[in-house]
Amino acid sequence: MDLRFTPDEIAFRDEVRSFCRTEIPADIRKKVSEGRSLAKEDIVASQRILNAKGWAVPHWPQEWGGRDWTPIQRYIYTEELFQAAVPLPQQFNCYMFGPVLATFGRQDQKERFLPRAANLDDWWCQGFSEPGAGSDLASLKTKAVRDGDHFIVDGQKTWTTLGQHADWIFCLVRTDFEVKKQRGISFLLIDMKTPGITVRPILTLEGRHEVNEVFFDAVRVPVENLVGEENRGWDYAKFLLANERTGIARIGLTKERIARIKRLAKEMPAGSGTMWDDRDFRGRVAEVEVELKALEITQMRVAAKQGRADSVEPDPASSLLKIRGSQLQQAATELLVALAGPFARAAPARGAGANNLPGGFDWVDAAAPSYFNNRKVSIYGGSNEIQHNVIAKGILGL
Amino acid sequence: MDFDLNEDQSLLRDSVERLAADLYPSLEGRQARLTAPLGFPEAGWAAFAELGVTGLPFSEAEGGLAGGPVETMLVMEAVGRNLVVEPLFASLVLGATALRLGGSPAQKETLLPGVIDGSLRLTLAHTERQSRYDLEDVATVARRSGEKFVLSGAKSVVPNADAAGLMVVSARVSGERRDPHGIGLFLVPADAAGVAIEAYPTQDGGRAAEVSFSEVTLPADAALGDPEGGLPLLERIIEHGIAALAAEAVGSMDALHKLTVEYLKTRTQFGVSVGSFQALQHRAVDMLIQLEQARSMALYAAMMVEAEDSGARAAALAAVKVQINKACRFVGQEAVQLHGGIGMTLEYLGAHHFKRLAMIEYQLGDTAHHLRRITQGENGLLAA
Repeated sequence: MDLRFTPDEIAFRDEVRSFCRTEIPADIRKKVSEGRSLAKEDIVASQRILNAKGWAVPHWPQEWGGRDWTPIQRYIYTEELFQAAVPLPQQFNCYMFGPVLATFGRQDQKERFLPRAANLDDWWCQGFSEPGAGSDLASLKTKAVRDGDHFIVDGQKTWTTLGQHADWIFCLVRTDFEVKKQRGISFLLIDMKTPGITVRPILTLEGRHEVNEVFFDAVRVPVENLVGEENRGWDYAKFLLANERTGIARIGLTKERIARIKRLAKEMPAGSGTMWDDRDFRGRVAEVEVELKALEITQMRVAAKQGRADSVEPDPASSLLKIRGSQLQQAATELLVALAGPFARAAPARGAGANNLPGGFDWVDAAAPSYFNNRKVSIYGGSNEIQHNVIAKGILGL
Repeated sequence: MDFDLNEDQSLLRDSVERLAADLYPSLEGRQARLTAPLGFPEAGWAAFAELGVTGLPFSEAEGGLAGGPVETMLVMEAVGRNLVVEPLFASLVLGATALRLGGSPAQKETLLPGVIDGSLRLTLAHTERQSRYDLEDVATVARRSGEKFVLSGAKSVVPNADAAGLMVVSARVSGERRDPHGIGLFLVPADAAGVAIEAYPTQDGGRAAEVSFSEVTLPADAALGDPEGGLPLLERIIEHGIAALAAEAVGSMDALHKLTVEYLKTRTQFGVSVGSFQALQHRAVDMLIQLEQARSMALYAAMMVEAEDSGARAAALAAVKVQINKACRFVGQEAVQLHGGIGMTLEYLGAHHFKRLAMIEYQLGDTAHHLRRITQGENGLLAA
């Protein structure tokens, strides 16, 4: 047992750190750090810089641009991106669609889609959740009926993150209504420009357009866009969710938030000094830091174990990371609102020449929106209650 | 980074776990052990000594096993898992760390053979009635008298003092009561003239004592290192103590969580096992989360306790104790609740884990104390 990074691992960390901080444009990183929304061009630009370096899809198979990194290297890479406030590679392309297609797709599909997904030439979104299928995803109703060499797709998807940017959507659709619900689902790739598709924005608490509803009305999809076998889609979705949960704790993101809170606290007047002189506030920060340190080690333990396991089933330990990681992400945003204090409530219009910064602080108006938005993290990706069920069954055998 | 045990470490863990399980096969057996005059049978101590555990942290040249923090962690996990009462924490962790880090070659040459073969047990006496957890708060005085020192004062809740042949005692040679300078650590034989030991049982199955020193004359070579610059050494001893308590807590919480899950599976009410109720399942999962977070911090303690940078080391061990304290309380309380009535009874093993965990929280610094230490640093924990 050696709990320190090896010299190779430290050299790798330094390489990633320096690349992130010198090659990714500062204005993009500033937006991420302040929790403001990114334009599509920001995300595309950042990913293409990473892809040119060969770092957009390191966890993919090597023939499709992956790197033969150890689990610890992957961990270091992800954490360094978070800590430098670099946008993660577009998650639907890189962590969901790509791995599924590389594992279960046909050769012609891989050649057609994977390089474009890695470079974000195509923007993929996810069509899983439906109004009636949330935690009980397998009860989804969007149907695909065979008509010659096409499927006719009818139904509705929801919570489609950044679907407004999307060129393609990967969908779970019902292709067999007669069997157990998990057995009648297929994994279908649909061009968002196909007639019959309507995208309607949903504004979340903070007022941002992040998610959408997507309606399918007699949408014709070529049969060749089926991934893997018909009615095996649930297996592919489980494989995808296992991938999704790697790195879901977002330790580096919370670390970056905490570091920022400390910087800002030292500039926020309070009493005869600043908020950083307030021992109660510092104690609250310290409690989050302690939990975060523990979770960081837990994450490395899970990563080291996953490196060996060659399973397509999600490791229930990743559910633990999801639960605690989401709680700490939320705790950090609560601290930021507390730090903004009386200014948190202000929501001035921002723009060139605006002279309406609350108290003169240029960040306080973004604190509450970030807090509002982060309520989602204990809900998405399998709610924390579902994760409890997963652990109770998968680890405790209850 | 590598979380796997090497062959020697696996061997050590297996043999210590086996010995502990052999000595502590049942709750009844454990409670019988507590009735021995020192709170543990001499044969039990001898068995650990025979395994070499008493020499664990000392080099092979000194006759030890050359174990580091990971090895100590493995031993203390077994201690926690089996609710071992032999004074490994007092002697192997606190006392031996004092000698290992502070002892001169001459002191080591004289004392190590007895420590390693188990015939000489050690303890650390540093808590005073006013000191709370502040190591620099020392009212006990070591007055210089020519080459010698004369020790006067009293220490409280000294772990296993009645079983120790030699105590490491913090005492003030100069300065005011809370002055970080002027503190020495002194080796005091338990049978020295003027030493009085009033021993008693502790709430969690162990033993401790009120120890008073009345004009105890100590030779010049009783001091461990600089007799007026001993605080950094005391801090290091306590850091090793925290790392050991963290591992002990993880062992105990692990056992208690397993007991609880087993109980949920076997206890039937309303015609079904109570573990089929989601409200209880989720609480058992939250216990597991706390346990795993604590396990990570015990590993972090092992990783950091020998770190060179004293500021980073101190912040790390403070963070460890905060996390461990919270986990001890949470896992202990939830275990009792999930067991219902049986969790309240002395005849149930889990209840004894609960009491040990409850008391670990107040050994070597409670949550408020260590949070305060973290916030005293300029930048908090992560920048340290």
